[in-house]
Amino acid sequence: MSFLPHLLLAVLEGTVAAAVLALSALGLSLVFGVMRVVNVAHGEFFMLGAMLAWWTAKTVGGGPLIGFLAALVVAPAVVGAIAFVTERLLLRRIGYDPEATIVATIGLLFVLQQLALTVFGAEAKPVAAPFTYRIALPWFGYSGYKLFVVAVSLLLLLGVWWVLARSKAGLIMRVTQFDRETATAFGIPVNTVYSAVFVAGAALVAIAAVLIVPIQQAHYLMGGDPLLMSFIVVIIGGLGSIRGSVVAALIIGMADGIISVFFTPTLASIIATLSVALVLVWRPQGLFGNVAR
Amino acid sequence: MSVAAKSLVFHGAVFVLLFLAQFIVSDYAALSLTRIMVLAVYAVGYNLMFGYAGLLSLGHAMFFAAGLYTAALGVTRGGWGVPVSFAAAIIVGAVFSALIGAVALRARGVAFMIVTLMFSQAAYLAVLYFGAYTRGDEGIVVKDDLRKFAFAGLDMDLTSPVLRYNLALVLLMLAVSLVFWIVRSPVGRVLAAIRENEMRTAMLGYDVMRYKLAAVVVSGTLSAASGAAFALMFGYAGASFASIQYSIHPLLWTLLGGSATVLGPVLGTAMMTLLTDLASSYTDANLLAVGVALILTVLFFPKGVLGTLRQKWLGWLP
Amino acid sequence: MTSIIPKKPDILKPSRRKLLKATAGFAVGTGLMGRYVQVQAADPIRVGFQVHRTGIGASYGKWYERTTTAAASLINEMGGINGRPLEIIAEDDGTDPGRGAEVVEKFATQHKCDVGFGTLFSHVVMGSAPRAGELKLPYYVVSEGHHVASGGLNRYTFQPGITDVKSQVISLAPWIAKNVGKKVTMIYPDFAFGHDHRDYFSAAIKAQGGEVNALIPIPPTESSFTKYFPQIPADTEVIYHVMVGPAVLTFVKELGEHFGSTHPALFGFIDSLEAVDFKSPGLEFLEGSYLWEAYPRFAGATPSAHDTFYRSKVGVDANGASTSDPADISTFSHMFGCWETLFVIKKAMEASGYTGAADKAKLIEATEAMTDLAEGNEHPQGNKVFNGKIHQSFGHQNITQVKNGVGEVVYRTTIEEGLYEPEADYTKMAL
Repeated sequence: MSFLPHLLLAVLEGTVAAAVLALSALGLSLVFGVMRVVNVAHGEFFMLGAMLAWWTAKTVGGGPLIGFLAALVVAPAVVGAIAFVTERLLLRRIGYDPEATIVATIGLLFVLQQLALTVFGAEAKPVAAPFTYRIALPWFGYSGYKLFVVAVSLLLLLGVWWVLARSKAGLIMRVTQFDRETATAFGIPVNTVYSAVFVAGAALVAIAAVLIVPIQQAHYLMGGDPLLMSFIVVIIGGLGSIRGSVVAALIIGMADGIISVFFTPTLASIIATLSVALVLVWRPQGLFGNVAR
Repeated sequence: MSVAAKSLVFHGAVFVLLFLAQFIVSDYAALSLTRIMVLAVYAVGYNLMFGYAGLLSLGHAMFFAAGLYTAALGVTRGGWGVPVSFAAAIIVGAVFSALIGAVALRARGVAFMIVTLMFSQAAYLAVLYFGAYTRGDEGIVVKDDLRKFAFAGLDMDLTSPVLRYNLALVLLMLAVSLVFWIVRSPVGRVLAAIRENEMRTAMLGYDVMRYKLAAVVVSGTLSAASGAAFALMFGYAGASFASIQYSIHPLLWTLLGGSATVLGPVLGTAMMTLLTDLASSYTDANLLAVGVALILTVLFFPKGVLGTLRQKWLGWLP
Repeated sequence: MTSIIPKKPDILKPSRRKLLKATAGFAVGTGLMGRYVQVQAADPIRVGFQVHRTGIGASYGKWYERTTTAAASLINEMGGINGRPLEIIAEDDGTDPGRGAEVVEKFATQHKCDVGFGTLFSHVVMGSAPRAGELKLPYYVVSEGHHVASGGLNRYTFQPGITDVKSQVISLAPWIAKNVGKKVTMIYPDFAFGHDHRDYFSAAIKAQGGEVNALIPIPPTESSFTKYFPQIPADTEVIYHVMVGPAVLTFVKELGEHFGSTHPALFGFIDSLEAVDFKSPGLEFLEGSYLWEAYPRFAGATPSAHDTFYRSKVGVDANGASTSDPADISTFSHMFGCWETLFVIKKAMEASGYTGAADKAKLIEATEAMTDLAEGNEHPQGNKVFNGKIHQSFGHQNITQVKNGVGEVVYRTTIEEGLYEPEADYTKMAL
């Protein structure tokens, strides 16, 4: 393939990768931003969302579109419920202690992986996209569904940004994020806010999984990537900044796509990883973060 | 007894018990203990940086792997023999962690966590990229005859379980003593001060960066020593040991046993190894058992086992 | 699986029960301590089974376990080995070389196993084999890696039940060059398994007058592949793909989206499609493509009597799926290795008159002395030639074409096509 079409393909893939990253990171951005706890099981919430998308489509029947729509309801509901129980029975009891939370959520990660393995099995599970449309370009074909994912993630990001920046719920969250004690002094029920944020974060990552799983596949060990990449995106973007997360996702996605045009795949991955790490070395507070207090 | 004497006696007793254990426990338990002691060096090193200096790294596997591969390649490709390869691994570990530390320490807090994570990921990919030397995921086997050597006029054979047990014990003793000495020294107090309030420490006139770099180098070098011992004693080096799981391991071990306690990481390593071992003996769903055990532990020992004990009863524990 | 509820509520059930099943008819005692209690005159022969129950190998592990259990039951029905029952002591290694080494130590020193057995993933084999050699535990792996045959391991490690990757690749090259194409682009994982494919296939296709026109090594951390497809040259006749891990579904789907209806021929390895239904959504692009299989998943119109026997014992239907759940696809092309390896162990123990740990050296020598393994119920995949010097078996390979979502064997290689000069001689090493 000649250079320009190759570059076009790389940009398309980079855009899709960025959308996938931003989408997976959205829930974590909320939880980490407001609660400042490292939920190591965040990736497992993604995995459960994907598994449930597969299970729902298979159980409901009636074709991929109906399965997809049903999964958009089932997956966030179930994952949100698990998150609710986790927050109440686990995180609240240990008082959101940052270190204890890491151990507790690693424990949760093992539990969720084992449940997925025992209940759904170890095989990779393909999930059909709600629609299949191959865009035939003169040089290559491209999946229409991938572009749909890009569009939907833009909408979701805008939606969440609107809630955070413009609604009263968002204001309460921002106050809680700024300072827990001040929030309590203003009569904000901090515990309820934490609960709501944790559940919303889990539900968002489950929705992300339902959207993304048709371009990947469900597997009980798939949670690692969304976890690590989400953290990278959120921290490079700057804690609590949705705009930052989007920019960070674009940088990482594009770096991955475009560097792959020029180098052999593994070398490209090494270079992309190092260059993204250097962004943080250069701007430790993240792209849009404030200097740490 | 003074606090210092109490803790010296306590640590001495632990090592005497570990020494005596080899004459009492079953063959399998001795083999397990050997591995636990080697890996505990990794955790002890991790804890110096994380527990005492407050630097959370998610990339320590790169230091472990640096030692692992230097030792394995030194013996197999370099033909340097065991002692030289081990020494080389320690030097490589020190230089590598100094380089990484100098760059990564520009970032703080969560940013430091992610920078170390990504450097480590690049290191993991590099192990695969140089597959011609490392054999990638499949890894390198160090054959038995390459693990025999003469040292100080004595013939040593690393395939001997007895020698291995006692070498592992010596290595762990050295690592624990080093960390014990550091945290008791003025340097250790400055590190703790940095952990509690970095800006205030800087304003008191301490060169914070230098102290943090020192912590990274000692921590990285201990990790590399552990990796090198692992490769030479158990005859294998592979890319899995450079992967993210092996960066999470020492964090989990440290937290489980109690961060910022000298022996916490050792206890955590033992607990996690035994937990996995027991779980996979008695159930197919061993991940579930391990997960539930971790959750229960954290509910009752939120500061790790030794950390919580110290908080409640044993105030003198270092 | 049709229900969200597990078929067996076995989440916390001791694996002890499963072990007992394998020793059908031989009461060895109950309860958790039973394993260590010596009961009856016929003390069982203990086979330590290193199984990938968790980790990346879990989909294989499940079927390796089912096959092993079936073979052990059959051996016990036949009267055991040298009059002693076979006991399978299965333990999870998490598909991790560190844990794998511990499991081998446990077999040797705690369970007092006679042999270790059944490891699949190459890195676990590599991590465990040194420990098996040191502890003098005869260690029979079912991995298809070239590690054993390369001479890199030790006198105690064998691979008698499945052909190694070097032999597989060499034996396929002539047919590919003749029937599919001579200009080959290779897409493979950028680690040892992929590098073996790259090195041995490149040489083999060159010997047939063909050439590899592009190499596309994929890092194992990758979850999307489209960005690499432009590196496939326009004159490529065959895309040779060997991927491992669940991402293969994405890989095939993305190839389809990229190329549409006009594309180079595809030749792939079943490894990544094991336990996956060919009719899965997104795999339509596989239609008409060729796959390597060691043992064909689909029994075809005229299965041999021992193929039928083997399938019924393991509980697999003619489509390679579980007889109790047609959606539960087996790892058919690899798991037969467990079955055949257990029968090799049986044969070697009988030939050496094995009575216990003191006879381990005799067992090693008896295994090394084997040459021909005849096709039959004990070797349903086909006959094999065993090379005692490199501790490796050589068998027939199959080339399958996907037609209407069903695999149909189009060529079966001879054993001679897969032979190569031995690279080592384990028999010269000390016991």
